[in-house]
Amino acid sequence: MTDTTTSAAITEPIVPKPVSGTVDYLDQRVGAASMIKGLSRKLFPDHWSFLLGEIALYSFIVLLLSGFFLTMFFVPSMTEVHYPEDALPVTMQGVEMSEAFASTLNMSFHVRGGLLMRQIHHWAALMFVGSMVVHMLRIFFTGAFRKPRELNYLVGFSMLILSLLAGLTGYSLPDDVLSGNGLRITDGVVKSLPIIGSYMSYMVFGGEFPGTDVIPRMFTLHILLIPALILGLVALHLFLVFWQKHTQYPGPGRTDKNVVGYPLFPVYMAKAGGFFFIVFGVLALMGAFMSINSVWNYGPFDPALVSAGAQPDWYMLFLEGSLRLMPGQPEFVILGWTLSLNVLIPAVVIPGLLFTFLGAYPFIEAAVTKDTGEHHVLDRPRNAATRTSLGAAFLSVFIVLLVAGANDLVATHFGLSLNAITWVLRVLFFVLPVVVFVITKRICLALQRKDREVVLHGHETGTVRRTADGRFYEVHQPLDEFERWVRVGHHVYRPLQLAPAEDANGVRRPGGRLDGIRTTLSRFFYEDRVEPVTPAELATAHSHGEHDQLPAGESSRVGELTSTSGTSH
Amino acid sequence: MSARGRGRRSRFAPMLLLAFALVLVGGIYTAVAPNAAQADTQTTGDAAHGEKLFITNCATCHGTGAVGSDLAPSLIGVGAASVHFQVTTGRMPMQASGAQAPAKPPQFDESEALDLAAYVATLGPGPEIPTEDQVDPAQGSPANGMLLFRTNCAMCHNAVGAGGALTEGKYAPSLMESTPTVIYEAMLTGPQSMPGFNDATLTPDEKRDVIAFLMEQRGTQPGGFALGSIGPVSEGIWVFIVGLGSLIGIAVWVGSRSS
Amino acid sequence: MSSHEQQPSTEVARSGTDGRLPERFENPGLAPHRHRLADSDPKVSKRSERQVVVIFLISVLASIAGVVGYFVIPLDEPSILDVRLSTLVIGAGLGLGMLGIGVAAVQWARALMDDAEKVEDRHPMSAGPSVQQQAFEMLRDGGSEANIARRPVLKGAVGGALALAPLAFLVPLIGNLGADWDISKFARTAWRPVRGGDPERYYQGQYRYLAVDPQDRRIKASEITNNNIVHVIPHGLPEEEHYLEEKAKAVVLLVRVDPGLLKESAERADWSYEGIVAYSKICTHVGCPVALYEQQTHHLLCPCHQSTFDITDAAKVVFGPAKRALPQLPIAVDEEGYLYAKADFDEPVGPSYWQRER
Repeated sequence: MTDTTTSAAITEPIVPKPVSGTVDYLDQRVGAASMIKGLSRKLFPDHWSFLLGEIALYSFIVLLLSGFFLTMFFVPSMTEVHYPEDALPVTMQGVEMSEAFASTLNMSFHVRGGLLMRQIHHWAALMFVGSMVVHMLRIFFTGAFRKPRELNYLVGFSMLILSLLAGLTGYSLPDDVLSGNGLRITDGVVKSLPIIGSYMSYMVFGGEFPGTDVIPRMFTLHILLIPALILGLVALHLFLVFWQKHTQYPGPGRTDKNVVGYPLFPVYMAKAGGFFFIVFGVLALMGAFMSINSVWNYGPFDPALVSAGAQPDWYMLFLEGSLRLMPGQPEFVILGWTLSLNVLIPAVVIPGLLFTFLGAYPFIEAAVTKDTGEHHVLDRPRNAATRTSLGAAFLSVFIVLLVAGANDLVATHFGLSLNAITWVLRVLFFVLPVVVFVITKRICLALQRKDREVVLHGHETGTVRRTADGRFYEVHQPLDEFERWVRVGHHVYRPLQLAPAEDANGVRRPGGRLDGIRTTLSRFFYEDRVEPVTPAELATAHSHGEHDQLPAGESSRVGELTSTSGTSH
Repeated sequence: MSARGRGRRSRFAPMLLLAFALVLVGGIYTAVAPNAAQADTQTTGDAAHGEKLFITNCATCHGTGAVGSDLAPSLIGVGAASVHFQVTTGRMPMQASGAQAPAKPPQFDESEALDLAAYVATLGPGPEIPTEDQVDPAQGSPANGMLLFRTNCAMCHNAVGAGGALTEGKYAPSLMESTPTVIYEAMLTGPQSMPGFNDATLTPDEKRDVIAFLMEQRGTQPGGFALGSIGPVSEGIWVFIVGLGSLIGIAVWVGSRSS
Repeated sequence: MSSHEQQPSTEVARSGTDGRLPERFENPGLAPHRHRLADSDPKVSKRSERQVVVIFLISVLASIAGVVGYFVIPLDEPSILDVRLSTLVIGAGLGLGMLGIGVAAVQWARALMDDAEKVEDRHPMSAGPSVQQQAFEMLRDGGSEANIARRPVLKGAVGGALALAPLAFLVPLIGNLGADWDISKFARTAWRPVRGGDPERYYQGQYRYLAVDPQDRRIKASEITNNNIVHVIPHGLPEEEHYLEEKAKAVVLLVRVDPGLLKESAERADWSYEGIVAYSKICTHVGCPVALYEQQTHHLLCPCHQSTFDITDAAKVVFGPAKRALPQLPIAVDEEGYLYAKADFDEPVGPSYWQRER
């Protein structure tokens, strides 16, 4: 490379003529050369978990493509028609149904590739939300949301909410019994809202449920408004990833001031570009081999009907589970007004709390660390024990709700009583997060201690030696400096020590209350911690010989060490 | 070159053999396996023999003369259809008391079941075992059956008859393996938790339509593997296991260094 | 780019200038680069290239197969098997075609492209206080050029106009979305007695007959036996306007139980007929059709959220998230024995809403 650029640059072109011609043309008009200069060799760190967000992005592109195909054949109308007597499937021949449902059947059975595209679209939708959630978990557990990425975290969070709306509106379009009941539940939840609920229901359905407006309205939301918003946020999300440069996992040579990785062109062009085709390929194969949402099984919507196993798609299942777990007592009539807390709590309050926790977490953590530095090196989850435990507790609540949403299937598939499962899950909803929090935290701290152990004494080799005076010891292989760095390089936060809320004369300091809360939270976050090995400790360990026991001062509580909180490493 | 060719052959040979064996076994099975629907041949049973069977096998719970006891209800007037349903699906005789009597391999063969049914039918008038014609799916309308099934049956048995949960450990069983006769008898008699559908609310023709719908549902699934036909929960599990699972596996490969 | 050639060291740490150990370990810099087999062995590299080419070729073949599949399996007069086959062939072609491109491109990147990690500097997001200062100054200059300071009325006028302008868009939009906004419809159903109704549908032209859903056949009380359940709609409803909206409120379950089992309050004593009771099928929780009837326990279960109602005890809730009992429809029989509704439900059916009791 250097040869051509230095010695032959003047006589021979650096790149082939068509390339240089195109670049020149674009450069003269839009300044393409500086874009290429800025972007083409931009570095991206390499790790499989950085591809989770790409799965979401590519699923979204597959959704747009397959969705475009479907709109060509779908009729978003609730006009009643009779399905032709000679069309497939035979179970629907002559049945009265809406045009939306009829066109869904027609595109499934009489448009070549139509059923395939429907299945790809639905699988891609499930995958889209699924990969977003998993991507978000990666962001959460590695602390990628810390400064300066809080805003991009919120962009992603907004996309998650929008994707749920996209799913809800799209799921309802075929106008089958299953999705119709989903709409009906939505209607029931909307009606429970105090004061405005009934009117909101009228607003959604253009009158009484089900009406004839809801499918055309959902269609417009589903194919225009929501995807446009998601697309805009995707662009912003990606722009910020480029602008702020990607985070990287801790490792030798990786710091908050550099990026270690491979250039966009050619490595990421091939890897990320290739991954798009892989995601598309996997989704297409799923669409080819696995049936999904076979609406002819459910039949056209009729408000009198329901079938066993009435559940929403998986991303709405937690809401369904929340509704199922709630006991019915808290519905009150106050001064003649009906307040349905038995619907509002599970369908509005609990999801509200869960999503608020998710959205607010970066700001809570920033407040309790008072850390104002930029973070580009990720945390190993064990080194952020409280965060990891909070995340695990959050997940456990989510999983309890998912199981509750499928409690009838759990009952039939494991031969259990529906009522017993519901009661067990009601208890677990409160107990499990606490248990999971405590256990996860213990595991994280134990892993940190294991790290210290390995740094101080090296890896166990399994070779046992005998000394001249007859003692036995196991030979430990000391870590090299690169291996060691991963285990000792992290920063450990200590609880904030803020001035007390009242001074010596008992006078309240402005902002004292807030600082009090902050101190308490900070203690909750960072009271239990394990300090990484220092060079001095390692030197001591070495001087004692490889086989010696751990020196004192392995773990520390508040007060054992002088506090130097709040600076980044 | 030839050495490499040999190596390749030996590597793939076991897999090919295995695949061939699987296809062969599958083919033989489909050719030899009995067709459940053909097993129903209609005859009337021998009530006298049925009474003997009843006294030795059923009277302990249902009482002599089927008058009922603390353990089990009276069978007077339940009709032949009810007995035939309970006995041929193995629900009766019950093995252990529980939330509900599960279907199991029947203890009596078809002719013994018919004898028992004939005996119970002599005790009081009740629904009779349907004729071959009454349960012939070919004579029913699957489309009308679909409308009836989803109004009357799908809420418990699921949209295609895959089964569903009831309260306190009871359940509506899957209908995927049930014979047309058994389905007809269940509708007519309302066994256990199931309500009955007499000939006024669901005429014999309409019952046959329901059977036609259920048989139609058992055919090829146009979209591919049915994944249990239990709806979005199984689809959600599959998207995580097969979809995200394989993509994360591939992502690990993409992110790894080549050796 | 930092050097990749240094040897790993197991030394405790490099000492500082004064010979004392530092307080924390220092970042040792990038680990030395390990070369791939393909980097040194041209045979391995050649084999990788062949792999990539073969995978691309598989993709080409699969794509062709998908297109061929489109043409050779027409769906003009299909069987289910044709639909299955068409979906399978086009899908497998598309899937493998895409997957092949992806796998080949990634394999190319992994095996053949330069895999030495590179290092690039990051700069803080903020360009620093001096740039901030300039920005502030520009904002100040712009502000002073706009002459906005000390003109509160102008500020107020701008704010007011901006706040009000969207209303002329939003009010018509939202105003039209709810059609007539007449939420009192929630409390009326098709069972409401009328005057001068069609005697085919209304007993004495007043009271709606009960009919079986979906056949729309009138029902005689004598036709309902003890363990039966009948799903009921108002007779003749399918031919009427707003059929689905009315059906969504009017569907009823008809059950016959031993009259001795029914716990009926004095005011509802004549709402049932010889043990036949009719309850709304719409759950009082969020409105799913409650339809799972266990004839032994006389319990009704909602498959959506598992509210359970006791038919023998005025359909009160015995389990689950619903609070209120299912509304009961008062029924009677005409001279021929056909069932009709004596009155509408005495409360709104379905889920609770704020104005429900008003």
